[in-house]
Amino acid sequence: MGMTMTQKILAAGAGLDKVEAGQLIMAKLNLVLGNDITSPVAIHEMEKFEKKGVFDKDKIALVPDHFVPNKDIKSAEHCKCVRNFAKDNQISNYFEVGEMGIEHALLPEKGLTVPGDVIIGADSHTCTYGALGAFSTGVGSTDMAAGMATGEAWFKVPSAIKFVLTGKPAKWISGKDIILHIIGKIGVDGALYKSMEFVGDGLKYLSMDDRFTIANMAIEAGGKNGIFPVDEKTIEYLKEHTTREYKVYEADEDAVYDEEYVIELDKLKPTVSYPHLPENTHTVDEAGDIVVDQVVIGSCTNGRMEDMRIAAEILEGKHIAKGMRCIIIPATQAIYLECMEKGYLKTFIKAGCVVSTPTCGPCLGGYMGILADGEKCVSTTNRNFVGRMGHINSEIYLASPAVAAASAIAGRIVAPE
Amino acid sequence: MEAKGRVFKYGDNVDTDVIIPARYLNSSDPKELATHCMEDIDKDFVNNVAQGDIMVANKNFGCGSSREHAPIAIKAAGISCVIAETFARIFYRNSINIGLPIIECPEAAKEINAGDEVSIDFDSGVITDNTTGKSYKGQAFPEFMQKIIQANGLINYINEKG
Repeated sequence: MGMTMTQKILAAGAGLDKVEAGQLIMAKLNLVLGNDITSPVAIHEMEKFEKKGVFDKDKIALVPDHFVPNKDIKSAEHCKCVRNFAKDNQISNYFEVGEMGIEHALLPEKGLTVPGDVIIGADSHTCTYGALGAFSTGVGSTDMAAGMATGEAWFKVPSAIKFVLTGKPAKWISGKDIILHIIGKIGVDGALYKSMEFVGDGLKYLSMDDRFTIANMAIEAGGKNGIFPVDEKTIEYLKEHTTREYKVYEADEDAVYDEEYVIELDKLKPTVSYPHLPENTHTVDEAGDIVVDQVVIGSCTNGRMEDMRIAAEILEGKHIAKGMRCIIIPATQAIYLECMEKGYLKTFIKAGCVVSTPTCGPCLGGYMGILADGEKCVSTTNRNFVGRMGHINSEIYLASPAVAAASAIAGRIVAPE
Repeated sequence: MEAKGRVFKYGDNVDTDVIIPARYLNSSDPKELATHCMEDIDKDFVNNVAQGDIMVANKNFGCGSSREHAPIAIKAAGISCVIAETFARIFYRNSINIGLPIIECPEAAKEINAGDEVSIDFDSGVITDNTTGKSYKGQAFPEFMQKIIQANGLINYINEKG
């Protein structure tokens, strides 16, 4: 019986020739990640270790991104705690405001995540790096603390679901439509404890940014990780972003999958998740008349360069609807700068949008776009739970940057064309 | 080890955003987090919960964010055990790592009602609904996780291992 791509990476990380689903292993970590919300809890836990210090100052990434620039005094104290810890332990990958970005956009851009890596992060969207052929998964603060101290983590080897993507998606169909469609199909616990392995001839039509978006939302189907094979596009991306050596793993031909789904990309339509679960998907053509108060374009799911380009293409020369608030958040400083150089910032501002420095802010209802009682928001973020972006009676509709930008202009949920 | 208490009952897909909303995550103090636990879906929870009470929910409990603040808030609010059909995996890990007992038991999760008095024997995994008189067998933890729980969390376990 062969191994899936995920199982092969985990076997190598554990120093084993073979692993199988359900097996408990201890694996060596290539990177341990935390943010300004989860790291302070982990740093506090670190104090309980008899052995002091971190396992490797170059294999830890600390990215204050959720409530930065500091939104209040308590957040400032959290960030100070992370900053001091990074300084005391000489953490090489600590990113201060001004150098930072939303963690899951930033780390691949900085070349810190490569194929074959075993990565844990105290943030549920750590699964994003599966786009590059790494095993990466979200954990909590105590796991992060143990990872920082020992360089290891325990895992139950997951079984997998195979998603065969076929055909060429239509013009405005992006990674977001694909992953929302899949979550709608299998449900928010459809991949619980499992790997989601994406394969098929449709992959060649998906940019790296599409793949980051898809892997990012594996957690929204309950998945332990989402993972893509390494192809020419991955290698091209790595050439641009990293000097780290990496190892490419492929699933065995006789690997066993719990289930297999064929996703015909050419048949997909712009898709939106209605409140209050990501699985509550509808195509935009059946949306009816949903009037929107706010649009957010950004986050670790959809704040990358391609997302900005699509938003700019749709907003160019237009103006958002009267009374609409449209908040655009390039995910990293590098993306922000490129948006400026390409003239997108001008396009956004002339269209009546606001452009923010990188932050997770509105996605988790932290700040920078909180919703009032009864307000509706189309958002390119990843969760539409009750109260996620503000008042418990507010509503979030998850969508692609194309649908979000078009909806900002129309004032209601619409497709780009 | 045993737990006994009154049941607070919830449905499917209780996410970590409603367990502890992000607007309170500028704090990591367990007592402060506990005062806002569950408020977006059950604003009376914090006023009614007593030390030792039990939370019962259906599938995919604790889905969403990886915030360890969620099991921390539940534990600090006084909850002695969470029983569910299934748990989201990060919440599952986090609960074990911080020493909040959780049990997967689909039958118990479906049949136990809000307000019932329930006892749990963690050694045998037996859940008893004292109100209805019915007993259920929860799924036992793998030996490795039992060791973490016995050590009262992951960090003590690693310290003991040396």
